[in-house]
Amino acid sequence: MSDTSLPLIRDVGLTGLLVTFGERMSEEANRAALAFRAAVEAQGWDGVEETATSLTSAFLRFDPLRLEHDDLSARLSEMAAAKDWKQEPLPPGRRHWRIPVVLGGEHGPQFEEAAEAAGRSPEQATEDIAASRIRVLTIGFAPGQAYLGELPQHWNIPRLRELSPNVPEGALVAAIRQLIVFTRTTQTGWRHIGQTAFRSYRPEAETAFPLTPGDEVSFTPVPAADLPTLRDDSEGGATAEAIG
Amino acid sequence: MTALTVLSAGPGVTVQDMGRPGLLGYGVSRGGAADTLALAEGAALLGQDPGTAAIEMAGIGGTFTVDTDTRIALTGAPMQATLEGEALTWNASHRLRAGQHLAIGGARKGSYGYLHLGGGIATEPLLNARSAHLAAGLGHPLKDGDSLPLGKDRAGETGLTLDIDDRFSGGTIRVIPSMQTDRFSKEDLDRFEATEFARDPRGNRMGVKMRFDGAPFAAQDQLNILSEIIVPGDIQATGDGAPFVLLSECQTTGGYPRIATVIPPDLPKVAQARAGDPIRFTFITRQDALAALRSYGDHLAKLPKAPRPLIRNPHDIPDLLGYQLISGVTAGEDHQ
Repeated sequence: MSDTSLPLIRDVGLTGLLVTFGERMSEEANRAALAFRAAVEAQGWDGVEETATSLTSAFLRFDPLRLEHDDLSARLSEMAAAKDWKQEPLPPGRRHWRIPVVLGGEHGPQFEEAAEAAGRSPEQATEDIAASRIRVLTIGFAPGQAYLGELPQHWNIPRLRELSPNVPEGALVAAIRQLIVFTRTTQTGWRHIGQTAFRSYRPEAETAFPLTPGDEVSFTPVPAADLPTLRDDSEGGATAEAIG
Repeated sequence: MTALTVLSAGPGVTVQDMGRPGLLGYGVSRGGAADTLALAEGAALLGQDPGTAAIEMAGIGGTFTVDTDTRIALTGAPMQATLEGEALTWNASHRLRAGQHLAIGGARKGSYGYLHLGGGIATEPLLNARSAHLAAGLGHPLKDGDSLPLGKDRAGETGLTLDIDDRFSGGTIRVIPSMQTDRFSKEDLDRFEATEFARDPRGNRMGVKMRFDGAPFAAQDQLNILSEIIVPGDIQATGDGAPFVLLSECQTTGGYPRIATVIPPDLPKVAQARAGDPIRFTFITRQDALAALRSYGDHLAKLPKAPRPLIRNPHDIPDLLGYQLISGVTAGEDHQ
């Protein structure tokens, strides 16, 4: 598939359609997917039961007995061709999160190694992370788990072949120009660079999923001594404000 | 409020309903009963809504009791069930009196059996459903001593049964192309249809692996596939080249190529196959898949009227001599 064939509309089984804006992750393909999904939602089509986004695609689940596949597919093609979605702004209603994080030390045992892989000193790496305002590119793999990006190009560090066991909930991990705050303890090939007290999955709370794709996130480095206080706060010390 | 007490439970006993559709964008697959048809059948036997929460038993059941007379129904993979030591008919509704012990043993075939209760399980919903979704940290496997509240029963009939098609021994599964089917060679797709797979012992509510003899199934440029949305029914060709069919509690994204997708009406058959059961996949057209989906919908719509009175086999009646046979009250031989 060449870029001229994009966006690409594909079937996901009998009840799904996927509109893909990039074969590789890119800021603009992600933005296109978010904008396109918002536009589909705004149509309020009868028979569309759910929408979602992945890194570079918008997904629709529909009832094929109420909404004909060919009809829906044609509507999507028309919408996709109507404008250059990679030039579209991000949808409204987003928020900017500031999340405190302890970088390095026992709470981020692979921080220095990650900085080195990115060709940065630990001080520079801390500055990079503090200065980055990155986007919730998508949520997946685990409930509420946000993939945040993209960091500057030099953070395009590979995942490790050797998995680290038991990286805890709230851990900040890095790979391929992205960061993740883990929603629970897991093994991973991403480098464990820090620790937050932020829970991005709260099934018992009224808002189970605080983050939404398209939201923006900044990390504020704090000393390790702050962690206990942050953990006493239901937001883990994070604040959010509406964008725009 | 009526309570069901779990006196003992196998390792895979959970509360299940139709799950949580609509949370894909937040990383939560819909979950819910592995065999949603069995959920609907139990609801039909008790005259309840198909979304009523029931108890799903993976492979082996448990022992249960209630503190108030309660109607129950048993569906899905047929299991050994006894009430105070007396055998109970599967795919049927019965009355469980307060304090009586209902013992449900191992599955005779299939993987998931269901115990339905009049009024349904009435635990507090989490994210709009009562289903345990272990992968999402919602709910937990039931354990000895657990007590579950039941909803108010409409106090309807018992002694009804349903005639069902066997979906508990594997068989032919209808599939349609999925988003990466065209990345597999014609030879591999032909071989995929020609191969007799066996359900691998590795399997759970997230998905089941298929075992087979032959070369691995692999897509072109497989390692460069970006992680994409996955849905229950998708068949991934995993790292070792074995097809892996995703079930209701699957992850929401995945990077393995998808060779095909099981049509929704055939998914219960995949979930119910037990280790070693034969599975074949056959591609059908989208048009035929829609016809199958429509016919499945019609079947579900007719289920509430499908239960018929359970005619007891005289061999199953322990105190036959105590019955007044001459008056012809009992119906005699059951030819079902």
